[in-house]
Amino acid sequence: MNLNLLEQAMIGISIGGAYALIAIGYTLVYGILRLINFAHGDIFMMAGYFMIFCASILPIYVAIPITIIETCILGVLIEKVAYKPLREAPRMSIMISAIGVSYLLQNLATYLFTAIPIQYPRIEFLKTPITLFGVLTNLANIITPIIAILLVLFLIWILKNTKVGLSMRAVSRDYEAASLMGVKINKTISWTFIIGSSLAAIGSILYFSNRSAVFPYSGSLPGLKCFVAAVFGGIGSIPGALIGGFFIGICENLIKSAGYSTFSDAFTFVVLIIMLLFRPTGLFGEKLIEKV
Amino acid sequence: MLKVSNLEVHFGGIRAVKGISFNVKKGSIVSLIGANGAGKSTTLRSIAGAVKPSGGKILFEDVDITDSDTSSIVKMGITLCPEGRRIFPDMTTFDNLKIGAYLRKDNIDNDIKEIYQMFPILKERSWQLAGTLSGGEQQMLAVARSLMSRPKLMMLDEPSLGLAPLIVKNIFNIIKEINKQGVTILLIEQNANMALKISDYSYVLETGNIVMEGKGVELLNNEKVKSAYLGK
Repeated sequence: MNLNLLEQAMIGISIGGAYALIAIGYTLVYGILRLINFAHGDIFMMAGYFMIFCASILPIYVAIPITIIETCILGVLIEKVAYKPLREAPRMSIMISAIGVSYLLQNLATYLFTAIPIQYPRIEFLKTPITLFGVLTNLANIITPIIAILLVLFLIWILKNTKVGLSMRAVSRDYEAASLMGVKINKTISWTFIIGSSLAAIGSILYFSNRSAVFPYSGSLPGLKCFVAAVFGGIGSIPGALIGGFFIGICENLIKSAGYSTFSDAFTFVVLIIMLLFRPTGLFGEKLIEKV
Repeated sequence: MLKVSNLEVHFGGIRAVKGISFNVKKGSIVSLIGANGAGKSTTLRSIAGAVKPSGGKILFEDVDITDSDTSSIVKMGITLCPEGRRIFPDMTTFDNLKIGAYLRKDNIDNDIKEIYQMFPILKERSWQLAGTLSGGEQQMLAVARSLMSRPKLMMLDEPSLGLAPLIVKNIFNIIKEINKQGVTILLIEQNANMALKISDYSYVLETGNIVMEGKGVELLNNEKVKSAYLGK
């Protein structure tokens, strides 16, 4: 087999894993709030900055969990400030609020950290070179998809076997019936944002560790691509987000390896349009989908 | 046990409930009957904390619960089995029962056993998705789910809705059975005949006001009730 093709496929699988982790954030929030959280890509970008600052004063092993915690706090804070007051409002209002938060985060990052890309910390063990099937790659590329799959399995386990998971499934189906059972809706929504944001933070660490720098718009294109991945898999479906993430990541890199790098981003959005035209509920989506 | 006084509920500009008062005695079956839009469901939902009343007071065991949130009301021992069943269709029967006991921290294995004894059909359907159950089975699941919170007061909103007569009879027998086990029942029904028969006391609601009250049997024989709600 063509070595270059294999190499690109491996990079694609790796990026796909990171995409999948972010796509799950879109899908989870959509499941509960019926909201496309457009700020999610920017939460991912902010996680990049958090890591840069944490790693500059702390050892990597401490910086990683702190970055994840900070990202969770940011996610929950955004929900409380920008989405919670709009819970009774028409769905369009909350979506516009999400777009607003997205721009706010980008501009805040520009203001605080300037638009100049800042060097991402080198996580040494992720850079360990490894040769697999004759291709020289690094540990990050190998473990990203593995981590993504393990986290998805863990998440499915949480949803099936824990009280938080039970309440998330109930709330995503029927707010009022769930609250009549004593489920605290706001607490459940906070949990959803905690899970989504922590996955975005892990995705961010894996994604940026193979890139050199973070800048305020680093989250916008990956964010949109992951949104496409979530729609492709069927928004609201967790396995769908995983498969969508891998699909987008792999296709994008195969197109690059074929020499059409310029078209790789366009391809993603063509996928979105085709999917919306022919199968708007995605691969595993709910049958009933509401217009946003 | 439950004292509702001058309860008023507004929806936007509409006064759905216009200052009603009623009592539910411990251990009894009380029903609210009335036509569509009389304000029955709204009354129950405001007792459960799902809608905020705009006036009046709700006392449960002498504690004011007018402004409490749903979850603390459930914790105090009130449960509402909502209209249209509202079971979680993409969860298994078993998970539906589990979420009924959401606020409880003790072991629920025994309760599940008791529920399965009371509703053998639910045991058979235990691992089936609740959405695949028949209407009658779903209603039983909804009642069973409410029981899982170990309520002192169980409110049922139109448990007979859309069910065949035989199944309705079955459901009402179950309600009586639950009452015998010491759970106070507050029932609302359009099926006035059935509701009045099993009630110790009843109130008739009309466009947000209580227009009549009395013992179940008495109302059953009342000429006005007969012509308006029993179709005789």
